[in-house]
Amino acid sequence: MITFQNVSKVYKMNEHSSVALDDASFNIEAKEFVSLVGKSGAGKSTIIKLIIGEEKPTKGKVIVSSHDINKLKMNQLPHLRRHIGVIFQDFRLLNNKTAFENVAFALEAAGRPQVEIEEYVPQALEMVGLKDKVSHFPSELSGGEKQRVAIARAMINHPDVLIADEPTGNLDPFNSAEIIKLLLKINELGTVVILATHDKNIVDNLNKRVISFEDGKIIRDEQKGKYILT
Amino acid sequence: MFTALSRVIKYGLFNFWRSGWLSAATIIIMIVTLIVFEGLIFFNVLTKQALESLKDKIDISVYFNQESSEDGILKIKKSLEDLSEVKKVEYLSKEKALEIFKEKHKEDQTISEALRELDVNPLLASLNIKAYDTKDYGIINTYLNNNSSKNLINKISYAQNSTIIDRLNRIMGTMNKIGTFLTILFSFIAVLITFNTIRLAIYSNREEIGIMRLVGASNSFIRGPYVVEGIIYGIIAGIFSFIILIPAIYYGSPYIKIFIPEMNIWSYLISNSMNILSYQIIFGVALGIASSSIAIRKYLRV
Repeated sequence: MITFQNVSKVYKMNEHSSVALDDASFNIEAKEFVSLVGKSGAGKSTIIKLIIGEEKPTKGKVIVSSHDINKLKMNQLPHLRRHIGVIFQDFRLLNNKTAFENVAFALEAAGRPQVEIEEYVPQALEMVGLKDKVSHFPSELSGGEKQRVAIARAMINHPDVLIADEPTGNLDPFNSAEIIKLLLKINELGTVVILATHDKNIVDNLNKRVISFEDGKIIRDEQKGKYILT
Repeated sequence: MFTALSRVIKYGLFNFWRSGWLSAATIIIMIVTLIVFEGLIFFNVLTKQALESLKDKIDISVYFNQESSEDGILKIKKSLEDLSEVKKVEYLSKEKALEIFKEKHKEDQTISEALRELDVNPLLASLNIKAYDTKDYGIINTYLNNNSSKNLINKISYAQNSTIIDRLNRIMGTMNKIGTFLTILFSFIAVLITFNTIRLAIYSNREEIGIMRLVGASNSFIRGPYVVEGIIYGIIAGIFSFIILIPAIYYGSPYIKIFIPEMNIWSYLISNSMNILSYQIIFGVALGIASSSIAIRKYLRV
């Protein structure tokens, strides 16, 4: 599903260069639930940027559902992204669109017909428990609700992979737990979930695969891992 | 294809409506821009008309000796008419000239009586020559001076008029240059201001654009609605600037008529209203599309 082969990413700024990722190799198979842990700047975000094609590797090979990121052209990027759902700490909803329109946008962008939109969007919003807030604008929703809209939007195209970048970073423990429950449910239905997080509690309770990063290197990759940082 | 297009248009209208104040501000800037353009168009029309009417008053006259035969004069007239620079040649016979002279001075006792005392017609036959271009009077003058039947000619008025003609030529040249320079300068400033306004409007949406990219929207799907917005700006601004123009011209027209009697810009506006309106709209739409497409480029690279 996702393959990283000896991937390095070096950011060059003037004469300084900083290594964000150093010779990282791993494989993520279908239906896996993987947590990426590490301090800020350890390389989690770089991994995510590489998977969604926002950055290209300096060295090595990244393959995401049979797309080679190195060879991806600018105009192929939207197609890749329709196979990947992404949610963020800051939700990234379109503020001038209602919950319904936010979710519908992903389908519209993919060129799907209006009938499907009318059918799938309410279903997706119901799945995340927002059936009665369909026509609310993001400013009228709580943090947890916004994240649910984001999840509904990420899932609407039935992606192969759902990437969650600190999805609980702005949420209280109760809402965080609800979001993680949703992610697990999505994973059970067959979607790969990649969760980047700081939250030790969440990772320890999941009892799923954990890849730990430090200074751009993978220091641990365990099948039923815990959040351990030296 | 059709669904995508209809969605692009729908979103364009949506964005336009939901960002009401920003849209209004952009349109106002655009109206100002278009009014500047209208002003320039009318300035050019006015100066052109003013210069035309002055130019029309310029001519040269060739006066012939008393004893010159009408045949000889008409021959010269014919040869002048064959010159490519000459627009019109009018022959004024001695008798006709006298008639006009009498008519002009019939109130004046002294002149009338003096004329009655004379047996012969003291006036000279003449050719009145109009050229296409004021610059050509010099050429015509030289032609006449080198003509084989030069001995028929008494005098050419070019000598007296040449300084005026020269000066007018210079004024026209400068006016044209100033007009062109102003048009280019103001157009540039106006376009820049509109472009910058639209750029700011898009800048305020840069995060949204990033999100759309992330959700898998193609560049054209993101750009489309902004282009549609640009088109709407252009149409509305075009119509409004035209509406503002109407009273301005209506009340300004009489003042302009004082300076240039031949010029009636009100009737010019009426007879060209469809043209002006459609130019305004086309220009506004082009400006909107160009500004939006250029301004959004930067944010579509993620």
